[in-house]
Formats: sequence, structure tokens, C-alpha cells
Amino acid sequence: MEPSLVMFEEELKGISEIIERLLRDSNAKSVYLVDKDGQLIASSGDTRDIDSTSLASLTAGNIAATGGLAKLIGEKEFSILFHEGEKDNIHISIVGQRMILVVIFDDRSSLGLVRLRVRKAGEELHGCIQKILKRAEASKTKESLLEEITDEDIESLFH
Amino acid sequence: MSFINYSAREINCKIVYYGPGLCGKTTNLNYIYRRSRPDSRGKMISLATETERTLFFDFLPLALGEIKGFKTRFHLYTVPGQIFYDASRKLILKGVDGIVFVADSQVERMDANIESLDNMRLNLEDHGYDMKKIPCVMQYNKRDIINCVPLTELKKILNTDGVPDFEAVALMGTGVFETLKTVVKFVLMELKKGS
Repeated sequence: MEPSLVMFEEELKGISEIIERLLRDSNAKSVYLVDKDGQLIASSGDTRDIDSTSLASLTAGNIAATGGLAKLIGEKEFSILFHEGEKDNIHISIVGQRMILVVIFDDRSSLGLVRLRVRKAGEELHGCIQKILKRAEASKTKESLLEEITDEDIESLFH
Repeated sequence: MSFINYSAREINCKIVYYGPGLCGKTTNLNYIYRRSRPDSRGKMISLATETERTLFFDFLPLALGEIKGFKTRFHLYTVPGQIFYDASRKLILKGVDGIVFVADSQVERMDANIESLDNMRLNLEDHGYDMKKIPCVMQYNKRDIINCVPLTELKKILNTDGVPDFEAVALMGTGVFETLKTVVKFVLMELKKGS
């Protein structure tokens, strides 16, 4: 089985700074970083009215489905998806091979601006993700939190 | 693949309900949704056809309390059971931490059960998983049906690995939470073991 993805506070802070900058620079409404398995990693902007858990799972499903389509026609993947709505639009891109960057924007921004800013932020996020993966690779020692979990802790979840 | 977020103090895991078409995977999730506290469940998403057959997946996020100050969150997914949706089924298994295989107890669905189990094994292998190592729980559903296969036979044919198994009537909720609890425990124990 794949090992757990473990993210520490400092690492998440670095990621959050990048997506907050992307939100400002692209004039977007909200930005989300999602794991390809559908877990929400970080978000920024006006996220109150959007169910972020659903958004993360559907985005991952969307990327998985279009990835399947890509393979059918002999492509490795489609790294950028764009959904245009009447008011709001969604720009979805794959960063660092295993994360998905989602930008929601309206007519206060434009597809060109979002694409430009996403490219830069994507490179920075790629760097951050690689660092996290390298750190995980280097510290082959046991994840202390998981090691400390007792059978009683697990049992207590159901009482 | 589980995600441990130290900043939000959360442990996130993915559980997939697998099985042949119309065996009751979505019914399991519907029951869990109905019987969970509103503050512990998220929105349930069903990507279904107009005749309410699962097209891509159902999704239900569920929070189950804290361990060592960390919230535990489980993302429950179902796969589409119909044979021709195999590409979608395979995609949903990616990153899975635990599996519930829902078998249909009706005599005429035994071939479908076996085919689905073989298909799951193949799809897991394609993702690099070893079925013997991944936390898996077997649920024999529709036990209230008159022409159902005897339990001993179901066990003999479907549960050759001897994983924990439960009888269920998902529509009424019988066995639904027992199955869920067992797979959750199994996933957390595996995380602990493999950490």
C-alpha cells in the first residue's frame, strides 16, 4: 500500500502562502489545492458557500476520468481543464504530478490571467510538494502519531 | 492513501464499497447517511443515471470522533457495479485504504459476485495493491430474500481469504454499521502497523 501523506504545519503554511498569492494575483474568488485521491489540502478566498469536501472529491473524480480519456487517445494526461459557466468558471490543473490546483473565478478576472498566474504558482507548489515527498522518503522512521494509537483509541470511536 | 494533516489535526482515509450491480452498495451509504448525526456527516454525492443506477460514484464524507487529538475523517465511495463501467471502477480504487465487498445473496447473482470479486482483484493489482494485504471486509447482503444462498456456501466461495464478514439487509440497516465499524478499525490498525 502507498504510505500516508503526512503534512506538517510549516509545510502547509508554505503551500497556503502560495495559493493566497495566486488568489490575489489572479483576482480569483477562491483557490483550492486537492490531492489526486480527493483529499482537500488547502484553500483560500471566499470558500464559505462551497462545500469544499464535495469539491475536492468531484475534482479528483474529474481529473481521474479525463486522465482515463487521455490514455485512451494515447496522451499521458490532460494537465489543464477549464469549465466555463454563466457567471463563474473553474480552472483545474495538475501540479507536481499528484496534486490538483483549482481556481474559481468570475468576470473580474480572465482565463488568460488565471492561466498565467497558475503556471507560476504551479511551479512553486511543485517545489513544495517535492520537498514534502523527499522529507517523507528520507524519514523512514515510524510516524509517531500512528505508532501511539492504541486498540482502545480505535475502539473508543464507536462508543 | 491516507492523509495526515498536522495543521488541521486530521487523519483522512478512503474506503470503497465494491460489488456487482444492484447488490446494495449505494443502499449501504444511504443508510449510513440517514443514521449519522448531521454534524458528523458531509453532503452525500451520487453521480447516477436517470434511473438511479450509479454512473461514476457515490461519495459520503463521515467524521468519527478523535484519536490522540486528531479528528478522524473517512471518505466513503461506491463504484458503479454494472460490468461495462469497469474503467470508472478502476479509477475509484486509486488511493483506497480499505474495501467493503458487498455480495448479493440471491442464488442467481452468485456468478455476478464471483465476477465482481475477480474484477476487484485485477483492478487492485493494476494499482499495485495486494488484495491479501489491503483491509477488506465482506458483507453478504439481502439475507432477507427467500432464495438466498446459505451462509456457509457464500463464505466458502467468496471469502477464501477469511476476511471479517457480516450478514446484512442494507435496506433495513441490518449489518451496515457493523460492516463499517470493522473496516474502519481494520484501516486504522493497518495504518498503525504500516506507519
